[in-house]
This record gives sequence, C-alpha cells and structure tokens, in this order.
Amino acid sequence: MSTLIYTIITLFAIGVVSALVLYFVAQKFKVEEDPRIDDVEKMLPGANCGGCGFPGCRGLATALVESDDISSLYCSVGGDACMGCIAEYLGKAAPKKEPTVATVRCGGTCEKRPRTNTYIGATSCAIASSLYVGETGCAYGCLGYGDCVAACAFDAIRINPETGLAEVDADKCTACGACVKACPKGIIELRKKWPKNRAIYVSCVSKDKGAVTMKACKAGCIGCGKCAKVCEFGAITIENNLAYIDSTKCRLCRKCVAECPTGAIKMIGLAPLAKKEPTTKATEPTAPAAAATVKQVENKEA
Amino acid sequence: MKTFPIGGVHPSDNKKWSKASAIEVMELPDVVNIPLSQHIGAPATAVVAKGDKVVVGQLLAEPTGFMSAAIHSPISGTVTAVDMQPNGQGLRQMMVTIKREGDEWDASIDRSPEIVTECTLSSKEIIDRIKAAGIVGMGGATFPTHVKLSIPEGKRAELLIINGVECEPYLTSDYRTMLERGELLVIGTRILMRAIGVEQAVIGVEANKPDAVQHLRDIIGDDKSIKVMMLKTQYPQGGEKQLIAAVMGREVPAPPALPIDVGAVVCNASTAVAVYEAVQKHKPLIERVVTVTGAGVKEPKNLLTRFGTPVSALIEKCGGLPAGDVRVLNGGPMMGRALCNVAMPVMKGCSGITIINGEEAYRGVESACIKCAKCVEACPMGLEPYLLSKQARKKAWEAMEQNDITSCIECGCCQYTCPANIPLLDYVRLGKQTVMGIIRARNAKK
Amino acid sequence: MANKFLVAPAPHVHGSQSTARLMGDVIIALLPALAVSVRVFGWNVLAVTAVSIASCVLLEFLVQRFLVKGPLTINNFSAVVTGLLLAMNLPANIPLWIVVIGAIVAIGVAKMPFGGLGKNPFNPALAARVFLLIAYPVQMTSFPAPKMEGIADAFSGATPLAAAKAQMVTFADTDMLGLFTGTIGGSMGEISAMALLLGGLYLLVRRVITWHIPVAVLGSMGIFAAIYALCALDGGATTLYFTAFHLLAGGAILGAVFMATDYVTSPMTPKGMLIYGVGIGAITMCIRLWGAYPEGMSFAILIMNSVVPLINKYVKPKRFGAR
Repeated sequence: MSTLIYTIITLFAIGVVSALVLYFVAQKFKVEEDPRIDDVEKMLPGANCGGCGFPGCRGLATALVESDDISSLYCSVGGDACMGCIAEYLGKAAPKKEPTVATVRCGGTCEKRPRTNTYIGATSCAIASSLYVGETGCAYGCLGYGDCVAACAFDAIRINPETGLAEVDADKCTACGACVKACPKGIIELRKKWPKNRAIYVSCVSKDKGAVTMKACKAGCIGCGKCAKVCEFGAITIENNLAYIDSTKCRLCRKCVAECPTGAIKMIGLAPLAKKEPTTKATEPTAPAAAATVKQVENKEA
Repeated sequence: MKTFPIGGVHPSDNKKWSKASAIEVMELPDVVNIPLSQHIGAPATAVVAKGDKVVVGQLLAEPTGFMSAAIHSPISGTVTAVDMQPNGQGLRQMMVTIKREGDEWDASIDRSPEIVTECTLSSKEIIDRIKAAGIVGMGGATFPTHVKLSIPEGKRAELLIINGVECEPYLTSDYRTMLERGELLVIGTRILMRAIGVEQAVIGVEANKPDAVQHLRDIIGDDKSIKVMMLKTQYPQGGEKQLIAAVMGREVPAPPALPIDVGAVVCNASTAVAVYEAVQKHKPLIERVVTVTGAGVKEPKNLLTRFGTPVSALIEKCGGLPAGDVRVLNGGPMMGRALCNVAMPVMKGCSGITIINGEEAYRGVESACIKCAKCVEACPMGLEPYLLSKQARKKAWEAMEQNDITSCIECGCCQYTCPANIPLLDYVRLGKQTVMGIIRARNAKK
Repeated sequence: MANKFLVAPAPHVHGSQSTARLMGDVIIALLPALAVSVRVFGWNVLAVTAVSIASCVLLEFLVQRFLVKGPLTINNFSAVVTGLLLAMNLPANIPLWIVVIGAIVAIGVAKMPFGGLGKNPFNPALAARVFLLIAYPVQMTSFPAPKMEGIADAFSGATPLAAAKAQMVTFADTDMLGLFTGTIGGSMGEISAMALLLGGLYLLVRRVITWHIPVAVLGSMGIFAAIYALCALDGGATTLYFTAFHLLAGGAILGAVFMATDYVTSPMTPKGMLIYGVGIGAITMCIRLWGAYPEGMSFAILIMNSVVPLINKYVKPKRFGAR
C-alpha cells in the first residue's frame, strides 16, 4: 500500500514541478503577436507558394496587418475576392489587380525547331542554360527540362512530350509567378487573363536577327513589323527584332495573327479571323483596371 | 614527392595517344573568326572595321579597361565582318571575320629562328609588352597575364611558379611545349621573374612527365634560381591553389584572397613561351599548341594553330570524328567545355580538343546518394559536394554561401568519384554562379 | 553531319566506382568470415545466410514494385549486403522463420519506409538484430557449440562475453588464439577476428572504407578497457588480457569494420567519423561493463547512428586555406 502512495505522491510532485517549469518558460519566451495575423492567415488560401514575395502566407498576413497601406500587397492565388475580404476585416483599402495567367512565349516545337545536339547533363533548365545554347540553334527558346514545372505549386504547368515545350493549364494557374522566376530564359510572362482563357500573344522571345531566328526555328518572330502596322490599338511594339503585344492594350481583334508570316503570334480560344470582316465587336475587354496593369509591364521587364 | 594537401583523384591520364607526336604546324585557314572575348574580363574593343586590310600581328581589338586583353590578327587579309557569330556553345558573341590573303607579317615582328637570351628591360617595360601582346593564361583560365604580373601595392611576390603540371587527362600541349620549346620557356621564366622582381622560380611538373623534367633540368644547368620540381601525379595539381600548396606548402585563403597573398605568382608553361616571344621577338599572341586527342581519333596530334582556325579543321587534320555519338570538348575531360558547334574558332585558352566517343561519351544513370563520403574525400578544397549539391537543388543559396561554395574551383573531382553517378558539380556550379551573383549584387548595393 | 553531339557540363569522364561495385566489395570482404563460420558451425550457416539474403532482396523488390512503385534498385546489391550482415549477426542454429522476421524488420521497417537506400537513419541489419534480440532473446542468445573436431568446447553455448559477464572465467584463461582464429562460439559472422580483419584489409585496399571508423572504434574500446583494467582490476598482465579479450570477443571487429562503416548511417567527414567511432567504442564498453547485456556493439552503433545527422551538421571538413 505504501508503495502505491509513494508512487502517486512522486508522480504528482513531478507533474507539479514540470507544470511550473513549463508555465514560467512559456511566460518568459512569450511572443506578443497581433491576433489578427492568425485570422488573416486563415483567410488566405494557404498555398504558401511565395508568389506574393513573402516566404509564406503568414509572412503576407503579418505584412497585411502591420502596414497601413496595403495597396502593394497582393495574393494572386486568392484574387480580388480574397483580398477584398481581408481588407474589409482590417478596415483598409482593398488592393485590386486584374487577373493574369502565366503564358509560355515559345512556339519552337520539336518539328519547327530542329535539334542540333543532345543534352545529357543534369535535367535542369538553369544548368543547361548556363552551359550553352541548348539542344537547338535558338538561344532564347524553351529548353523543356521543366524548371517551371518543379516551381509550380499548383500543378498548372507541364512539359508536353510531343512539343517539348512547357504548357500552362490556365484554369489551374494562379498567377503566383513562381514559373516566371524559375525560367532562366525569361520565356514565361504573366499576361492579362481574358474570359474563357482567350489570348493572343507573340509566342517567341528571340532577339536574334530575322535570318538567324529563321534558321534556328520556323515558328520564331523575325521582327518584320507587319503585325505592328495592322494593330489599331498601338498594342504591338517591335524591339530587338522582336514583336511584343501589350496585353493591356490588345483587344483581341486578331488582325495581327493573320499578318504574321511565321505564325509566331499565337491565338487561344478564338476562331481565325475571316477576311474583310469588321473587327470592332470581336470581344469587349473586361473592365480593365489601368493602375493595376502597370504591374504586369514591370513583371515583363524584370 | 610533393603534392597538394587534401582531396584529389587519379583519373587515367590517357596522354599516351598524343604524347609522342611532335608539334606540327597547322595549315593556315582561309577564313578566321576572331572572338573579341577570349579572356576573363571585359571583351576587347574592335579597332578594325569591315573592309580593312590587316597583316599578321596587327591589332584587331584593344583592351577595354585594365581587366581585358588585346587581340591581334592571326592571318593577313581583309576584314569581312565584325558581327555576332556562334561560339562553341552555340551562343552568339562578337567576332571579327577575316578572309585570308597570303601570309604577310607585321614588320616589327622578329621571325628569325635565333634565340634571344638577353633581356635588360625594366619590370614595367616587360609588363607593357606582355599587355600589348595580349597574353593571357594559356592553361585554360585565360586570366590576363599583365594583370597577374602587376603586383598590387603593399604586396610582394616571393616565388614565381611555372605551371607545367598539365594534370588534365589526355592533353599534351604543355608537355610537348616543354620538350620542344624548353629553351624559350626557361628564358620566358627569367623574363617573368624580372617582371615581378623575384629571385626564385619553380617549374612544377608531374611525375608522369619525367622526360620533360630532365629536359628542363638540362637546359637550366647550373642556374640555381630556377628549380624544376617533380610533383606526385594527382588531379587537380594544375589548379593554381593546389600547385602553390604543393610547391610552397602554403594555402591560399578563401576568396577574395589571391595567390599573391601568400607571395606566389603562377604562370602556365605555354604562357611563359608566349611571354618570351612577346618580349624578345615582339610577337603578339596569335597562335598556340592545341592537342587533338581521344580514343577514337585516328591520328592524335599536337598542332601549332593560329587563332580563329575552326576546330572542325583540326579534327579533319587528325582523321575526322569517330563514328557515332561523340562529346567534343574544348579542353580536357575534367574541366573542358562540351561543344555543340565545331565551327568554333581556336582561342587563346584552347589547350586541346578532346573527343570522347563510344560508351564513355554517355553519362551513367543517376541513383540515390549512399552517403559514401567519397566526394568529401575527393574535394581538394575541403568542401562537402553532396551537401552543396543538395542545397543547390533546393535553391538554398544562403546555406550554400555559409558552406563556402565560393571556394569551389569546379575541378570535377566530386562528380568523377561519385559511385551513384550523381551530377554533383552540375548543381554545385549552378549554386556557385547564383551565390556569386547574389554576392555581387549585395556588394554593388553597399 | 552523321555524328550526334552530346553536350553536358564537365567533368566528362567518370571514375570506375559504382554503388553496385562498392556493395560487391563488401560482400567479397565478408566471404572469409562466412567461410570460417561454415567451417566452425557447419552447413546450417549457409541456410541461414541464404534465407536472410533472399528474404531481404525479395522484400525490397516487393516494396519497390508494389508499395513505392519507384524504380527497382535491387541490382545495386545493397539488399544483399543487408541480408548478409543480418545473417552475420545471428546464431547459426536460429530458426529460419526468425531470420525472415529479421529481414522484414531490416528492409520493411528500418530501410524502405525512410525512402530506401541512402535515406535510412539506422543500420537496417542492426535494427533487425536488436529487434530480434529483444523479441526472441532465447533463440538469439543460445549459440551452438563449435562443431569442429579437436576444439575444446570451452563455453558450450555461451559466448565468451556472456561468460565473462557472469564471471565464469578469468581473462587469463581465455583462449585468445581461439578468439582470433574463430574457434569459439558466438554469432555466425563474429567469431573469427582474423577473417574479419582480412575482409577489412580488403575494404581498405579497395578504398571502400577509410581507416577512421574501425580505428576509432577499436582504439577507443582498447583504451577504455585498458583504463578500466588498470583502475578496477589488478593491473599488470590482466590489463593486457582484458584489453585483448574485449577487442577480440563478441561483435567488436565485425561491428567496427562492417557495421559501423555502413555508408548511409555514418558521418561524412573524417573528423566526424572519428567522433562517431569513439562514441561507439565508449558506449560499447559501458554496456559491456555495466549494462544488462553482455554485448553492446549493436546498441552503441544504433545510438551513434542517431547522432550522425548532428555530426554532419556541425563537424565540417577542414577547408582549404582555412587556418
């Protein structure tokens, strides 16, 4: 009997001492934190993708709670709806951004862009890119080793084994920008997301002269400027032998697509333009927020 | 026999194929492409334009700033273009294209076979001539020699080390140079000693080249100021830091420390010959010995080649490419760069063209790391390649910096030795490049 | 051009080492010990070894094929090595079903759940051995008497360490030569110090292992034993006997040369290996002298296995140029 009592007393004493130690340690190392951070973190999608520039959702939540002006903070995964909720909760002005989608600007499929050698190094675009031109004659095109795929937390990008190019699933893409950062060739751009995932873009980033581009790839932009001439909205610029369509100015009129001699201008979700049809009513853009789209242009340059 | 203190591997040296072939003069090419960047540092600035007539040895491009090197015409003829051309990696860079007409040399160049032993120039005059001749390190690193010889204020050189190690397997260009142009090498060494004001020089040669050691010793004779040191054969003995450690027993601290911080200046053996020609003969750097070798090469040779000659011409001269899939390397198998474009011109740092064919041309299949620690054992810089490579895959750049990634000399010992065929160096190199970029950006901000 | 150009970053050549070759070398190095074991305990040894290896390989195959669905890696011989090492740690007369259970623990619990070769924190063979030792103490500690003719049946079933623990013998009486050549009972692989050292020498020559771990383990055990003998025993010749006895008896050499040097579960740097080895030696001696078990090698290695990640994190190789 006495054994039992001693055991109970001893265990009880150990318990009390441990509890006291834990209590004092907890008091000593307590970190005061705004409880709203937890709430905001719960409102965020919780993808921890890093697309906002913070290490994780909590980082963004802390920044959202702590800064007075949250106009420069944005979670593209949650989008306007999510940011609206958070802004309302915090009583701050909600940052707004037009939805964007990652776009792979290379059309150099296996067929259009002949292979000139075989790469047998580590499967990494960054490594191949720092080593040499790549398996084709084009120094700008998609290498197809999938650094973007590895970077994507949403399973929204994959390498198509037939074309050897990266492809974005626009419905899954959250525009977090991880692939944009991962691509050593700077091929991927966040472009304005139209309804039904429609898009028109120059599917090439080669700055080589026309003849050089043509030799390496049949689908490359040769910088001939025909597209820029037909564009009524001033959306197309030619720089360094390369056409660029500003997705904030483009109205999806499709005129440029018909003009392009190499087929470098790619069209998604749109029927080819019938000849001599008025183009003004093609599609109306969804209320563009001009201020927010500036960000995209910066993205492109960075 | 001395060697460096840690790490290293013993790849089979495979010098047997080209070892016995005496240096041959390669035919002059009809058209040459001369890249304006054949060295570490800023690309040179072209001083010729399309349509200009040039002669051998004429300046084509002048150095852009101190950390750069001049480039001279290796042939006489007409400049047909100054334009972007693909290099060996298929990337476009600025090159001067010259169409050859005859072989007319600049009048100031002394082409007589006489050996000029005497040199009474001052240190500054020597360095100026070396700079004017566009000499860079010819072992492959292509560091401008005049920069190396310009000892910074407050530092003092104690010893000149001539790098005749040629630890890179397959290559024999330095070996043949030491055997056939040993006299010039020794005079070049004396000139270099004068340039940096040292009393002592050591020519380091690995034990697999005993005839070169003996030949140089015979030439030097009683001169006590130059010593030929036979070193234990071990890769990467020819690495600057490893060679200094082997010869002097001193370790160059981690970057940004330089060899001069331990009182050493290291020059390649072929560079010493080029220095002789530049200082004594007024001949700029327009040609070099290039080894063309490999198991599948019909007639491996050591060719004295003018710069700008396409690599494909050299390969043809040696019997063409072996059938099947090949890896054609600019340099040796440990540190050379694989070419995807054999039209690439021979450049200042091109010590050899190694052709690997058959089974060896492929890489083994990667399997899981078994933590055998062989990479740690092999690393001559005392790094942990398995860890660095893992961190690079995770993009943990900060952790890589803490683990001294900047010390990596990219010698390839880790990947060579890895039983699991893991592309350790591929990732480590990526990490090093990224971390260096981050450090540069950080320093620029300050 | 008919040639296809292959492009990869340097280096463009590779050494002759491969995982399969390293594992093959370990197997070769264990053959002398296996041969002695067969000579001493009879053909049963081969049955135990075969069952152990076969069940390890089969299990690894099944796990990779049906559970992980990853690439098969059984051709790198690592499962063979695990099976062989497990067998080496078992008594020769152990029921074969226990061997199979050991293999299940080794591959199914200690190795594959962590991600297979290269990722297991604990030595699979030892984890299995310790599991069996606790689960089936009787079968695991009743060793058969050596069957060779002309051998004095000194301990009839008990290992010398167990005998020493029970203070059945004095050290001066122990047949040191028998311990060295392998005529005295114990686990299958641990009886002959000579055969094990021969294997170790082979591994050193083939550069499969470095000297650091075996020397650190045996060195620290020897020093520990000598100090203990000097302080606690009557010194003099006993010190010598006591030290030699502890180095030769039990799994000391098998552990030091084959088990502790397991790549996956040992440190990466020479300095780390020394720390790890000394730790194993010290813990082994503590268990042998003051613990409940006569032998502590397995526990010591497993304990030090758990410290390896920490050692790898804090013990860095000497960097070139660092002072």
